[in-house]
Amino acid sequence: MSASMPVFVMQEVSKAFGGVQALQNVHCEIYSGEVHAILGENGAGKSTLIKIMTGVYQPDSGSMQLEGRPVVFNNTREAQEHGIVAIYQEPSLFPDLDIAENIFVGRQPVRWGIVDWQRMYADAQALLERLGLKLDPRTKARELSVAQQQIVEIARALSMQAKVLIMDEPTSSLTLGEVEDLFAIVRQLRAAGTAIVFISHRLEELFTLADRVTALRDGRYVATRMMSEVQTSDLIRMMVGRTLDELFPKQMVEPGEVLLEVEGLSLPGTFTDVSFQLRRGEILGMAGLVGAGRTNVARALFGIEPASSGRIRIAGREVRIESPQQAMALGIGYVPEDRKLHGLVLELGIDHNISLPILERFSPRGWINTRSETEAARHSAQQLEVKMASVAQPVGQLSGGNQQKVVLAKWLGTQPQILILDEPTRGIDVGTKAAVHALMSELAAQGMAILMISSELPEVLGMSDRIVVMREGRVAGIFEREGATQELLMAAATGAR
Amino acid sequence: MVTETRAIDAPHRGLVQTFVRFREIGLIAFIVVLAFFVTLRNPVFLTFNNLRDIVLNISILVIVALAQAMVIITRGIDLSVGSTIGLSAMMVSFMIAAMPELSPWLMLPLGMLIGAILGSFNGTLIALGRVPPIIATLGTLSIYRGLIFLYSGTKSTINAYEMPPAFRQIAKGAPLGIPNLILFAVAVAVIVFLFLRYTRVGRDIYTVGSNPDAARFAGIPLQRTLFLVYLISGLLCGLAGVLWASRFESAQNNTALGFELQTVAAAVVGGVSTLGGSGRVIGVVLGAFLLGVINNALTLIQISPFWQQAAQGLLILLAVIVDATISGRLQRMIGGRS
Repeated sequence: MSASMPVFVMQEVSKAFGGVQALQNVHCEIYSGEVHAILGENGAGKSTLIKIMTGVYQPDSGSMQLEGRPVVFNNTREAQEHGIVAIYQEPSLFPDLDIAENIFVGRQPVRWGIVDWQRMYADAQALLERLGLKLDPRTKARELSVAQQQIVEIARALSMQAKVLIMDEPTSSLTLGEVEDLFAIVRQLRAAGTAIVFISHRLEELFTLADRVTALRDGRYVATRMMSEVQTSDLIRMMVGRTLDELFPKQMVEPGEVLLEVEGLSLPGTFTDVSFQLRRGEILGMAGLVGAGRTNVARALFGIEPASSGRIRIAGREVRIESPQQAMALGIGYVPEDRKLHGLVLELGIDHNISLPILERFSPRGWINTRSETEAARHSAQQLEVKMASVAQPVGQLSGGNQQKVVLAKWLGTQPQILILDEPTRGIDVGTKAAVHALMSELAAQGMAILMISSELPEVLGMSDRIVVMREGRVAGIFEREGATQELLMAAATGAR
Repeated sequence: MVTETRAIDAPHRGLVQTFVRFREIGLIAFIVVLAFFVTLRNPVFLTFNNLRDIVLNISILVIVALAQAMVIITRGIDLSVGSTIGLSAMMVSFMIAAMPELSPWLMLPLGMLIGAILGSFNGTLIALGRVPPIIATLGTLSIYRGLIFLYSGTKSTINAYEMPPAFRQIAKGAPLGIPNLILFAVAVAVIVFLFLRYTRVGRDIYTVGSNPDAARFAGIPLQRTLFLVYLISGLLCGLAGVLWASRFESAQNNTALGFELQTVAAAVVGGVSTLGGSGRVIGVVLGAFLLGVINNALTLIQISPFWQQAAQGLLILLAVIVDATISGRLQRMIGGRS
């Protein structure tokens, strides 16, 4: 980082939506060749800040300077032309177009108005090689993994000669190995003098990557610090204004009898010979790289894609699970990985989402008793402290953390004995995360058996009684809470020695 | 994955791959099988004259189905195409009947202008007024049809004898040995292909349909692209209106009534995704061709007219299913990714 002038400055920037003050007098200085982390809980104003930097929103007051000159961006295109490019949390590629077109979207190289496909493919290939992605630029974006999609987005930013590259939670859907690759690219860009604005909820990532950090709380600027001078507890204090006594409030419970026993479970092409036991009151963590087959095992246990061979015993009795209905009847609940895709009906209200799996209970004669439905939903939503305008509010309007609470409320309503949670805290803020963890801990203490799939090793280590590590569809190891370390789990997950 | 593509460098394997990757393979297979069975029942099917009739019959459909396809690629739909064709046909016919001394070729730009105006009204409603396309064009379907009645007044038909012979030659003439009508369809198909593939605006049409939110973030002029696509749709319908009047030597209040359904069918059978973002000119042309073959075949094998419409619908559904299954299977067999 040079001591010279910052490449991008925001001064006293404010923005309100309706009556809500999203940002108030926020200040931020970004230097070339630094990774600048922006930290804050959901709703702290990070997204608004980014959207102002990239011209999606215009500030109500305040000013911005790029390389010392005042700038105003009326739309994203103007920001991009000035070299300010953002990569959003969910990749915003065009699934039907190929890689090259995604990189040069809206800026295709043209000769006399004719799109020069040859040059486009050549340029795209060069960019991909620079980023170490071995892919044909003619590959359609829908065939790419999330990590590959992100690299394509970075290639897009590079092709725009980005001076400031903003990355909004780029790691939230990546595996450990992919995160490493991404960080290598980020470091390479930093060395080349790009300013990188990096947003992540995973604090440990910031320590490995970021040079400085600016914290926001409730739309206000809190502080900017050197990463080398702060510790996790400082970051949390900056973010929430108080110290979280324990990041992972795990209650120690003496596990009961074996509730779920899986033996030799296989589904050709996805997982092979998977065996483990899950006890009453136990939280069993499931770690591994994305694509290791963890989600497939969960889906098999819930009857979405049943295993083709192997045994499943519940409370000692052998069972066959071939549909989610059967799984639910056996007392299994499943909170899927992608809550928007599988977990919630975004257009429906909180009440109808919660009552979805238990509608029968409210409809003894085929007609739904909406009053008792609403009451029950209100009860569970309040229990989980879902922040809502009303219980009929469409779920799509809630924040990520609150959506996750609704999904949990929905499955808790079915009163499962076995709860499968797939990435239960992905992309939600520290406060809500702690609430979800506390809830898991409490449910286990009440005797529920919980299978938790997570790609965040601190979460796995902090919440689990035992940990199953999967690699390439097989169980690579089972670890006790005591003695398990990040290094051990990583080694098992990657097959390293 | 690079290695995967390199591994199949052997020339004939590459050919097979290209062939199978060709998305429309299932559709072609269906057409071939259908043609085979129809020929068994009635050998007239495979005669030159019959095939030429089929192509003539679908020429206008190809033009409008391409317009419809572009709209569907942006996740929209244009239900007003039939009414736009009708209004263009009616206005142009009135004019040429009133002023037979005018060059009939002048009617082409005139019809396109009329269509473009109607299309830009759709575009304004959708791009500027943010009215959902299905609702906006359902409204203009009625409005434009109503305008035909208002315009024609008590004289609800322009007949062949009122049109100068030169006007009829627009569609029917064949100075190059091939009927003009077919040449028009081919020209439109080529132009639309080049437009969609080789211009930025054409690429934007796919971009906008594939992921509208991302398009906005990428700085693509979303509203402008939508407006343009409805304008183009109207323009092509205007052209189709002139050709329609010339070919059938008449314009009536109910000209092209219900035609929108055929255009949607041709586009969808041709592989244009109703979810937006994908679709190819060659597919739409084949889709229209299949509809033409089905119509022709049902007559040739003497299916009772009472059955024809139901049979037509059934065959269209069958084509879509066969297409999806065959292309899927083949691609997996060869190891291509679906």
